[in-house]
Amino acid sequence: MVRAVGVNRTARRAALLLAVLAVLWGLWEGFRALGTHFNWQHPFPVNGTSMPHIHDMIWALFQHPNSSSPLLLVILLKAAAFTAKEAALGFAMGAVGGFVIGAALAHSRMLQRGFLPYVVASQTVPILAIAPMVVIWFTSPQVHAPAWIAVAVIASYLTFFPVAIATLRGLQAADHRALELMRSYAATRWTVLWKLRFPTALPYLFSALKVSATASIVGAIIGESPSSIAGGLGGAILNFAQYYTFQPQNLWATNLIAALLGIVFFLVVVAAEKIVVRSAPEHVA
Amino acid sequence: MTLALGRRAGDWAPALVVAIAVLGLWEGIVKGFHIQRFLLPAPDAIWRSFRDNQGTLWHAGWFTFQEALGGFAIGCGVAILFAIVVARWDTLGSALMPYAIAANAIPIIAFAPITNAWFNPLNKTSKMVIAAVLCFFPVFVNVVRGLRSVKPQQLELMRSYAVGELTVFRLVRIPTALPFLFTALRVASVLAMIGAIVGEYYGGSLDSLGANINQDASLSQYEKAWAEIAIACIFGIGFYLAVALAERFATRWQPRMETAGS
Amino acid sequence: MSVVEISGVSKEFKGGTVALQDIDLAIEQGEFISLIGPSGCGKSTLLRIIGDLIEPTGGSVTVNGKSARRAREDHDYGIVFQDAVLYNWRTVAKNVALPLELAGWDRDKRRRRVEEMLDLVELRGFGEHHPWQLSGGMQQRVSIARALSFEPSLLLMDEPFGALDEMTRERLNAELLRIWQASGSTVVFVTHSIPEAVFLSTRVVVMSPRPGRISKVIPIDLQQPRTAATREEPRFFELATEVREALHLGGLVEVTA
Repeated sequence: MVRAVGVNRTARRAALLLAVLAVLWGLWEGFRALGTHFNWQHPFPVNGTSMPHIHDMIWALFQHPNSSSPLLLVILLKAAAFTAKEAALGFAMGAVGGFVIGAALAHSRMLQRGFLPYVVASQTVPILAIAPMVVIWFTSPQVHAPAWIAVAVIASYLTFFPVAIATLRGLQAADHRALELMRSYAATRWTVLWKLRFPTALPYLFSALKVSATASIVGAIIGESPSSIAGGLGGAILNFAQYYTFQPQNLWATNLIAALLGIVFFLVVVAAEKIVVRSAPEHVA
Repeated sequence: MTLALGRRAGDWAPALVVAIAVLGLWEGIVKGFHIQRFLLPAPDAIWRSFRDNQGTLWHAGWFTFQEALGGFAIGCGVAILFAIVVARWDTLGSALMPYAIAANAIPIIAFAPITNAWFNPLNKTSKMVIAAVLCFFPVFVNVVRGLRSVKPQQLELMRSYAVGELTVFRLVRIPTALPFLFTALRVASVLAMIGAIVGEYYGGSLDSLGANINQDASLSQYEKAWAEIAIACIFGIGFYLAVALAERFATRWQPRMETAGS
Repeated sequence: MSVVEISGVSKEFKGGTVALQDIDLAIEQGEFISLIGPSGCGKSTLLRIIGDLIEPTGGSVTVNGKSARRAREDHDYGIVFQDAVLYNWRTVAKNVALPLELAGWDRDKRRRRVEEMLDLVELRGFGEHHPWQLSGGMQQRVSIARALSFEPSLLLMDEPFGALDEMTRERLNAELLRIWQASGSTVVFVTHSIPEAVFLSTRVVVMSPRPGRISKVIPIDLQQPRTAATREEPRFFELATEVREALHLGGLVEVTA
């Protein structure tokens, strides 16, 4: 009985997903058809180059961009894997670092007052603006690190601060009655940390991780761009952007893959959350 | 939720100490170890470059800020409208939410070259579009949440007064949604700046910050590049603070949330 | 003519739960009726049916001789919930003024009435405060002030003091009686508490669950005005016992089948 209900729900979700995709597809093609027919110039010139057919975009994945290269899909998947590696490394470093700093701040009022303003302010700084500089710095002859390390550093920076703030907030969010209970058990500070504060902090942590997952991918793609690191999606985007007027569908196909990569990263964190926190509450994005 | 930092002057002392210490250390290490300027320029070199180029810096900053502001206004405005429509139909709302949240995970910035192809890259419009799309999803998701977080008893009370849906909307749903809206607006303000600047990396007018940063970095004028980044930070923080101030004003009835003492 | 006439009212929820079955009750002007019973006996549902917040599946309700719906549209009653349901973004005064704003009263008239109401619930001087600055008991008093602001003839209350401590509760009970007598309205009051029901009411309606129905109506013949001393009278104890026994018979039967 339960099994049937589960299948039912999955079927409904799949149907809804298809419906949403179908509506989006319809809107795209409809807008394109009308725009091309009436020669709309606003908000932008609508024609076959600015809005390729969606099926052309997908079809492009199974073509060779030029005679000597493999299928576009293969190229893009390799690039996606490359970018994913950088992003994942950065994400992991940033998450661990952020957690440690957040936990340290949670334990010391003085540290909080000294560093918290900057941690909070860093959220308001357009960090991605520094991305090209960081890559140039790392790849300079003096430092001579591989470019993908630079990109991983960017990704870790984007992850670090949201995770630190979320950890700090989460560790301090424990119900004071639960804390009193712990005291009555004469629990040590460590026990309280692991048995009470940490589980309380998990929802906050996962909220930040979900945002950071996407941010790491974005950071990786942006970081790759200025130095045209050939291996990743950022490089692919720049490459196909150059040839946009000839083969617009290639750039769109690349963006499709990039979008899927972002969603996959996000879903991985969501899945992790479901496993770790049995019931995952929805949180303010 | 804003972390309430101490309002007394003394609470700021440790932060000030840290700032001075970091700046001093930075200056000392760079000068002391003779670190090459392109690795890390000294703070005073950056400051000099800032002073010398003030005119162009502020001009470029303002140019980029206009793109961010425009994108912010469009993106948030459209998001609010959509959210109001979606929140009206409960089943539609809960069905669409997961997709909006997933869509938030798409690296929108990857579309910058496309908007540059659609619109003249030298125009502000191409960057405004990126900024607008970046702002859309966080605001949309949060406003829907806010509109739907009204307690059932509040609706029962309104029903006992026999008022119309529009009045309930005006008197109850909108004030309930305001805190959620402003949280998202703060996030959106940062995203808008990022969208504008990074969009410019893919191609933009030389009047803009992003193009300048790129150019100066490739011409090894690192002090100027860092000065430009400083301007970007100033505008970014300024924008954020403006929104935060608006939030304080609009939700001044909210009980202040203090972080719990450990 | 009774203020509230309930005949043959039933309510069945989706899924088959019979919340109420065949309820008949007539409430006269100026009465204070308590609905008491264990969880699931339908007392809150019945209150909401009177207020046209829920529709019955069978039977009819008239309030002041009109349909419940008409009465609601004519603002014939005020309602108080267990949760004060005050709006944080409005001051206390603005909260109390809410129904008056909705009824289109002009500003001066509203201000005067709000002052009267705050005096009535003894919260003079708190008009400019915000709800979160007040204690639970004070918030409930604001809620009552709001419910009475347009002087309805009927007051519906759903366990309004349920979240408060015993002492505050007893004090608010006394105040509620004072307000009731001063305003001359009819009150329908849902409660879990036997002493509260006996202390406040002119009649106690005992309900039982599965299906929800009235098992007994007990007239309370204690002297008015009732004071703290009333709680210590032997007659109080007798009536409380009578209510308790009716409750046991009605719904709390432990059956070892």
